[in-house]
Amino acid sequence: MSQPPTDGSVPSPADQTAVAGRPGARAVPAELEVRFGTLEHSSFRGQERIVVPVGRMFDILAFLKDSGFDLLVDVTCVDYLEYRGARHRYGLVYLLAATADNRRLIVRVFVDDPDPTVPSVVPIWGAANWLEREVWDLFGIRFTGHPDLRRLVLPEGFTAHPLRKDYPLQGRGERHNFPVLSRDDG
Amino acid sequence: MAVEMPENVVVSRLDELASWCRKNSLWPMPFATACCGIELMATGASKHDLARFGAEVFRFSPRQCDLMIVAGRVVMKMLPVLQRIWLQMSEPKWCISMGACASTGGVFDTYAVVQGIDRFIPVDMYVPGCPPRPEQLIQAIIDLQDKIQSEGTISGREFDTPERQLRKRALVEAIGPLAADAARNPVLQRQLSGMAAAPTHS
Repeated sequence: MSQPPTDGSVPSPADQTAVAGRPGARAVPAELEVRFGTLEHSSFRGQERIVVPVGRMFDILAFLKDSGFDLLVDVTCVDYLEYRGARHRYGLVYLLAATADNRRLIVRVFVDDPDPTVPSVVPIWGAANWLEREVWDLFGIRFTGHPDLRRLVLPEGFTAHPLRKDYPLQGRGERHNFPVLSRDDG
Repeated sequence: MAVEMPENVVVSRLDELASWCRKNSLWPMPFATACCGIELMATGASKHDLARFGAEVFRFSPRQCDLMIVAGRVVMKMLPVLQRIWLQMSEPKWCISMGACASTGGVFDTYAVVQGIDRFIPVDMYVPGCPPRPEQLIQAIIDLQDKIQSEGTISGREFDTPERQLRKRALVEAIGPLAADAARNPVLQRQLSGMAAAPTHS
């Protein structure tokens, strides 16, 4: 694959069809910064990323939906506890895609203890329902406005959020907390 | 008291006869959760042909089974299901823990994975391997058949008996009798002397 233009030059039409949504075709709508001001923006090998503040993330994500990002690919989270150079504890990741012109965009939102909370994007993308439930289940990020914020993968009675870095790998004994059946119980 | 036996009549204990019927008509309940389940299916399929040992009819209803084969790792969300299915199986029933994960948790030493199903349900046979070959599972079923034949199920207390301490036939054949074991366990002595008298496999 040819190297993407790095000087802002317009790619040739052939490049645009071959690598639409990749470097050259800018994924972030120009109007975004007009409406919401300057956002932290970076790009790595053609994957574009913006960092948005918690307070405005719902409006920004709703705007991105209206500007073509009709598919929410994934919602997940990273725990940066004791991570070198990290300024925040949790970094939420929203992977967006525009199916019409094959653009992709990564939206990052950072939150902190105690009680990390972000607004739910279920009103924007219905697909966020189970994805946010999974993040709540494993990381304990609370999504305000979620219609049904129950645990998704772990059992109902589980109390911890095990993908947090301060949770012991082998658990706190949950896996041993069951009745023992003997032959006499048959 | 001498009784004249007609030809083709064999005298046996009812317990022995019931055990003989049971061991040759095991109905496995496949509790397959991982790659061991693939080997379990291969064991039941034509190449390895579990029908040779009378256990080819897998039933997915616990009510129709008497041998639970747990093949794969069991997580804490699955364990209550496993226990419920085990309780739904009717007596007499047996359990084979197939593979490293079902027996010990295997490499999955994490918060969600049960570290061996024998912590929570009774297990009769453990099959090592990751996953075990079908031959190993067949060996476990053969050993289980020996166990069913030697223990019987009439009293309901068979699992407290010294027969429980019998070593698997595969182990005895592979590494030979241990004199110290035999000295401690009269049942093992009987087993070993019986084996010496019986013709070996060729």
